[in-house]
Amino acid sequence: MHTVPHSDEVPAAMNAHARAALTLVRDDARLHWHDAAVWNMRSKRDRAASTVPDWEALRDAASRIKLHTLSRLPEYLEEFERKALALGAQVHWAADASEHNAIVLGLLRDRGVTRLVKSKSMLTEECHLNPALEAAGIEVVDTDLGERIVQLGHEPPSHIVMPAIHKKREEIGELFHRTLHTPEGLSDPKQLTEAARQHLREKFLAGQAGLTGVNFAVAETGGFVVCTNEGNADLGVSLPPIHIACMGLEKLVPRATDLAVFLRLLARSGTGQPITTYTSHFHGPRPGGELHIVLVDNGRSALLASETHRRALCCIRCGACMNTCPVYRRSGGHSYGTTVPGPIGSVLSPAADAVRNMSLPFASSLCGSCSDVCPVKIDLHSQLLAWRRELNARGLTPAMKRRGVHLASWVLRRPWRYRLAGGMVRFFGRLLPAGLLRALSGGWGRERDLPALPARSFRQEWGRRGV
Amino acid sequence: MGSSREKVLERLRQARPPPAPLPEVPASPVRFEDLPARFAQSVTDVGGACVRVQGLAEAAAAVRALPVAQSARQIVSLLPDVLPGTLALDSVDDPHGLAGVDLAVVPGEFGVAENGAVWLTDAVLKQRRAVLFVTQHLVLVVPARELVHTLHEAYGRLLLGAPGFGLFISGPSKTADIEQALVIGAHGARSTTVVLVG
Repeated sequence: MHTVPHSDEVPAAMNAHARAALTLVRDDARLHWHDAAVWNMRSKRDRAASTVPDWEALRDAASRIKLHTLSRLPEYLEEFERKALALGAQVHWAADASEHNAIVLGLLRDRGVTRLVKSKSMLTEECHLNPALEAAGIEVVDTDLGERIVQLGHEPPSHIVMPAIHKKREEIGELFHRTLHTPEGLSDPKQLTEAARQHLREKFLAGQAGLTGVNFAVAETGGFVVCTNEGNADLGVSLPPIHIACMGLEKLVPRATDLAVFLRLLARSGTGQPITTYTSHFHGPRPGGELHIVLVDNGRSALLASETHRRALCCIRCGACMNTCPVYRRSGGHSYGTTVPGPIGSVLSPAADAVRNMSLPFASSLCGSCSDVCPVKIDLHSQLLAWRRELNARGLTPAMKRRGVHLASWVLRRPWRYRLAGGMVRFFGRLLPAGLLRALSGGWGRERDLPALPARSFRQEWGRRGV
Repeated sequence: MGSSREKVLERLRQARPPPAPLPEVPASPVRFEDLPARFAQSVTDVGGACVRVQGLAEAAAAVRALPVAQSARQIVSLLPDVLPGTLALDSVDDPHGLAGVDLAVVPGEFGVAENGAVWLTDAVLKQRRAVLFVTQHLVLVVPARELVHTLHEAYGRLLLGAPGFGLFISGPSKTADIEQALVIGAHGARSTTVVLVG
């Protein structure tokens, strides 16, 4: 039944996400490799979650702690700021991405820093910090291995936890040969990782300032937590005297004890580990050092104002929703064209730019698996559906689709119309040539044969059998 | 900058959702029958090694027998009774001076059985935490009576909020960023051995 089209032609009616996904979809072997690789993470998550008897209680607590925090966000931010200042940190506020970038650049410039080492931060990806700093002559080195791979390849990350999940080992070997001058033909992950370790060790030792993201900030203590497996965040900020930590203002939790709930969920949901290797708690700067915390809004307050979509601010960026998503697994992170791909990205991105990202809420089968695995219980598939409704109301869906939906809703509103329409489809459907039917069925029929139409409806069959 | 602070806070006040109560952090029902055995299993599961010994003398023998201890040239030890160091941590003021450390032997405050994590602080490290991350290999010495079942208990005993740095370390540095193949020794320690004493 299922046949992938072999022509390179791109159907005109295809939306932006589907069109971008063709790169992966048309490479059948790679498609299945990607699907299996990402599903592997989902399987690991399931095994890890099943070892925790209080898993559902944790999810419930995590969700309620986040919703409470959102309801008192200005108060908690002020408390966090007060405590952080008392610990000797400096706190900066950025209303948007450009202000965030200007603050970081200003800090580096004032201190004469030209070499920055950076650990993974989706926020700085969202703000496009790297190009802003590079334009000002600062060398920015992403130190997470996956991030370094995509940085060397001049690509964006394709997954928030595994940035280079789309690349094969041979391609990474080739990239390292070209950029790090490793021997040609290297493809063993151990050897490649060792080469990156040596290369990045030099960068760590040469770094004049370190920048990290923030996984959780604690209002009552003024401290924050950064989680990594590689140790790159810690290396990056424990050698040079300057640490800049950039955080979206939704990263807060009220109490230190809340960390137990979130840390028990985070790594298990993301990679199936019981905890990340390094879970570092920063309270104030190192003696003799500087700690700068940049609090960033960049659209978060607007999202908070949306009754429908504010729950998306509970996200702890574990990646579980993309690992489980049948569309993400078969379209790849780059097809979304956004910093955060997958179900959570498709909820967040239209809020930032509805016109640019209008195809993303349709990049879902609405199967609900994302909502089932989300450790903070974001109703992701309901939010995707809500976005479709909103985009439709704003005229941001294709005219054909709007007319089709309109017609369907007219037919479905009256039983007699439905019966009549069913009868007409069965009658004419058997007379019309298959090619024409496929054309009429839109995107669905592009890659599938329609099943043979039955002579009788379900209702007629039910009556005939006299049940 | 001050104006952005006010602007952002005002936007958030305008956007305020309806009140939602803060729940109690639920107590975890997770209790392991044999706490040290479970901790040791967790350390192994995350790619580390766990050695159980009766006392410090036995710990010293166990650490000395480690291949990484035998081949190490530069050693930082905060437990000279277990293994003498070759570099005094407080003699190094610039953390870059620690770049050549092969092995660090450090006391851990307590361990968490559910995930093999060991809690350490800057205070023990004489404010030179870089040693934990630059060292090629790491030995953590933890008293067996200082084990907790889950992170809930861990945070129950931590008093966070004073200036300083603290962290959980669970196993060696690792990555799976290349085709998800697990590789031990990404940027930090290539091996983490936890010596459980008592």
